[in-house]
Amino acid sequence: MPDSIKTTPLNGLHRELGARIVPFAGWDMPVQYPTGILTEHLHTRSAAGLFDVSHMGQLLITGPDPARAIERLVPADIVGLGEGKARYTVLTAEDGGILDDLIITRDAPDRLYVVVNAGGTEADLAHLKAGLEPEHQVTHLADRALLALQGPQAVACVARIVPEVERLGFMESLVTTVQGVEVRISRLGYTGEDGVELSVPADHAVKFARTLLAMEEVKPIGLGARDSLRLEAGLCLYGHDIDTTTSPVEANLAWTIGKRRREEGGFPGAERILREIAEKPARRLVGLRPEGKAPAREGAEITTTDGSPIGKVTSGGFGPSVGGPIAMGYVVAAQAAPDTAVHILVRGKPLPATVVKLPFTPHRYARRGA
Amino acid sequence: MTTRYTKDHEWVKVEGDVATVGITDHAQQQLGDVVFVELPEVGTVVEKGGDMAVVESVKAASEVYAPISGKIVAANQAIVDEPGSVNLGAEGDAWFCRIEASDLSELDELMSRADYDAYIATLD
Repeated sequence: MPDSIKTTPLNGLHRELGARIVPFAGWDMPVQYPTGILTEHLHTRSAAGLFDVSHMGQLLITGPDPARAIERLVPADIVGLGEGKARYTVLTAEDGGILDDLIITRDAPDRLYVVVNAGGTEADLAHLKAGLEPEHQVTHLADRALLALQGPQAVACVARIVPEVERLGFMESLVTTVQGVEVRISRLGYTGEDGVELSVPADHAVKFARTLLAMEEVKPIGLGARDSLRLEAGLCLYGHDIDTTTSPVEANLAWTIGKRRREEGGFPGAERILREIAEKPARRLVGLRPEGKAPAREGAEITTTDGSPIGKVTSGGFGPSVGGPIAMGYVVAAQAAPDTAVHILVRGKPLPATVVKLPFTPHRYARRGA
Repeated sequence: MTTRYTKDHEWVKVEGDVATVGITDHAQQQLGDVVFVELPEVGTVVEKGGDMAVVESVKAASEVYAPISGKIVAANQAIVDEPGSVNLGAEGDAWFCRIEASDLSELDELMSRADYDAYIATLD
């Protein structure tokens, strides 16, 4: 194993649990445990799955009104975000492309907690430091682990050790003390299910993970099922469905751009992004359901039913809860309406597929009043 | 009746001049849950080392190569209908194809069980 591969505080536990370990974004991560991806996926949808997401970058931004300052880098309304609320957004480039996607939590008037992708952590740190004011401190919380517990029974399980979780609605976060240890708990995730992410000190991560795994409802889940769960939930994966060549509007992320930001602009790429909101983008990310059983994978060409190229698959595979192949990809606007019949070229053969609304499996978030 | 193995994790068992072929238990373990199998049509001529079938897990697609040259005389529809059966019986009921071998001496280039076991021990 090269020295440059990083390990999370749970690496030893993954190995003890029999995980198959693979390199991912510079980290040594569990792709699956002995029961396999299908079982892990279905378990998360029916009970509770524990994910090690400590490879993701946890950042703290402190200083005067960091919410206003960070609005120069993202198109979301952060100033209007209440304390203890979290919001999904993207770092945009001057040309309207996406540098990374992230979740920003407003902790206090002078403090934001930010989670970015593992592969983007270093670049995002530099980008944030350069884009904010000198009086803002951007700290990488490298001494903290991040655990996600996802599924319909996740919150009931977490409540046994962090009772305050019951107070949180979807996209809400709080910091509390559990057995003398500072824990941040946020009700959100990347599976389409109800659930939480727990930020804990690295040297307490194994203890928290073992406590959760000791519960009957909880099983460890690897990156393989994390990918199939997020794909069924229609959630973008950076570097695949979104990147520097895709705009948030093309990626169906216009919902992340608040009303005030649409009126005021003032974020990188505003010219293109606001034009695409007004005039509709030339292409759009859509859901695709191939007929039959053959999965269409990333990179597969999408054509009209008479063979004219209209786009490419950006994520594709088998959806265990759907019970068949599913994919997402960009297609030209004229072919992006639900129920449009298309072909996807799989090993040179045109495979009939249908454009469908995302997500493939309904989201089951704990929305207030829902 | 001899069974031989390839470095690409196929097995081939010969009875007379008909070879039954499949993927090894090691291969199915590495693939994980199999969700799709594509087999050649009966009558297709395959060449040793050439594309023969496709097997896909949740994670990825893999080619299955012909371990011996010849003509496909049977394809196992049961694994197309139930791809997960490959995980349960890779070296048994979940065979892929039967090939009427054109040159049985090609088997001499393949591994014995002992050699294959030693080979996969070097892979991890």
